[in-house]
Amino acid sequence: MSGAVGQLPRLLALVPYLLARPGVRLAEVAKDFGISEERLRKDLNLLWVCGLPGHGPGDLIDVEFEGDTVTLIEPAGVTRPLRLAVDEALALIVALRALAETPGLDERDAVDRALAKVEQAAGTAGAPATRVEISVEGEERVLPVVQSALEQHRRLHLSYYVPGRDETTERDVDPMRLLLVEGRSYLEAWCRRVEGVRLFRLDRVADVQLLDAPAEPPHDAAPRDLSQGLFRPGPDDLLVTLALRPGAAWVADYHPCESVSENADGSLTVRLRARDTGWLRRLALRLGDQGRVLAPGDLAEAVRADAARALAAYVD
Amino acid sequence: MSAKKTERLLNLVICLLHTRRFLSVQEIRAAIPGYEQDTEDSFRRMFERDKEELRELGVPLETGTNSHAHDDEPGYRIARRDYELPPIALEPDEAAALGLAARLWQSAPLAGATGTALLKLRAAGVESVRAPAALEPRVGASEPAFESALRAVQDGRAVVFDYRASGVAAPQRRSVEPWGVVSWRGRWYLVGHDTDRGAERVFRLSRIVGTVQAVGEPGAVVPPEGVDLSAMAGRMATEEPRETARVSLRPGAGWELRREATAIADDQDRDGWTVVDIGFSDPERLADRVTGFGADAVVLSPPAAREAVVRRLRGLAS
Repeated sequence: MSGAVGQLPRLLALVPYLLARPGVRLAEVAKDFGISEERLRKDLNLLWVCGLPGHGPGDLIDVEFEGDTVTLIEPAGVTRPLRLAVDEALALIVALRALAETPGLDERDAVDRALAKVEQAAGTAGAPATRVEISVEGEERVLPVVQSALEQHRRLHLSYYVPGRDETTERDVDPMRLLLVEGRSYLEAWCRRVEGVRLFRLDRVADVQLLDAPAEPPHDAAPRDLSQGLFRPGPDDLLVTLALRPGAAWVADYHPCESVSENADGSLTVRLRARDTGWLRRLALRLGDQGRVLAPGDLAEAVRADAARALAAYVD
Repeated sequence: MSAKKTERLLNLVICLLHTRRFLSVQEIRAAIPGYEQDTEDSFRRMFERDKEELRELGVPLETGTNSHAHDDEPGYRIARRDYELPPIALEPDEAAALGLAARLWQSAPLAGATGTALLKLRAAGVESVRAPAALEPRVGASEPAFESALRAVQDGRAVVFDYRASGVAAPQRRSVEPWGVVSWRGRWYLVGHDTDRGAERVFRLSRIVGTVQAVGEPGAVVPPEGVDLSAMAGRMATEEPRETARVSLRPGAGWELRREATAIADDQDRDGWTVVDIGFSDPERLADRVTGFGADAVVLSPPAAREAVVRRLRGLAS
């Protein structure tokens, strides 16, 4: 939880929190509030001097320590937390709805029930949440099998389509995580064929089978750090320079670029990294005369040859 | 906020929650430690700032006068029913689902609001349950316009912004009544009614230059009944099929096209090739999808779709 919550809202939550949990361990409170135990003790010392007007001994908030536990004796009327603010209600409701509407997700039933209760508790503060939506494509066919495999720690066989090569590949994988990221669902798994961690987009899974073998990803198989986005080009990927006319300018929006510069005629020159030249050749074909590979030269030549070969089927 | 100020504000909340009748400013001054030593002027300024801070936190300060009181100056209290979070009890699987949902906004602008919301629910007695680690939902919102657009939508205010439309070099000023913000395939869109063009429009937040400016009255924008925001954003990228194209595919090629084919047959002219029927409405969009397969896919019909592919290929082969 964020440690950036201000002290006053924290204290207003702390009093009813303690009231609901007599004898709770200080370490647990600190963890739930995302603060250090030292910070927590300062908070509790401050509570001690606050209370009802008059501020006599019986009017103040009273807290009792025993060993490493704490019990609230007198809440001075602060028996419930403050209502959810509009952005707080929105954050929870929109996130729950996104999961509730992800097709095929195992947790949907529990999510639906939690959503109904949070909406009820939020009251009118929850109304603006209907104006914000996050759409996630779940893949009803594949997702339940993937979740079973994760739950039972079992290996999967995938027939997986690789767009860069335009072919379907067969492979056994040891599932690690299911990611619902950037509006799509992905299986993160140790791929036994390439002996590495790979992401598999579920809408590209042509077929999936739950195998009897246990999933055994190597201990050092590292899950991807998602904080920088799903796909981060590596330094070993091929650096490609493209000229984009207005009809192809969307490429600069959709793919992470190393640099984008605007030319006098309104076209863009972008440099991006491609892990796989197949993907880039397909992109270049699709763009037609709106895009042009400037470098490397052999890639530009390959695209020209691809186009000439494809054109032969149309002119006879 | 200093500890002294936190103490004063907490005492103020406790005092105003406790009172049934409205307390006058002078009664408050006498009751709350920290207010008593200042001059009248500096006390008044301090009290104004304190009220503002409490309101920003969402504390519902009520102003009014007691029926029997003769003084004109309004007093203050906090109505318990407006202040208190209603009871909420979650089953363990519901609490886990909530924990899972809360992870969605990590590293996004709403992460802070998610944290304080969870804190309030914990304070209401909801136990924290570890959500399954094998499932990771995540939505980013790094677009600079995200927070201003979200705010305008929440407040129901009309907005203006500079927008760089696709294929148009210079940004143009747009006036929009925003109905919602939608994340679709990982990108945020503002959906609403473009008042200059008099039509529904969908704007990519990443194409907005800077932030959006709220110009309308709060609450003035009300989305039409039954509007489907995600469907509006999705229509930008998908299309209703109105025609059928026939595409011939080399053996093993074009899985993406095969999986959505409405009919599949052997190609009589090409040995081993397959002809698939694909629904489409815009020949250019169909050509976008087929041309990338190069010599492995050939559009047989209709002529408009063939021409769109040929034009792309000619532009490259020459």
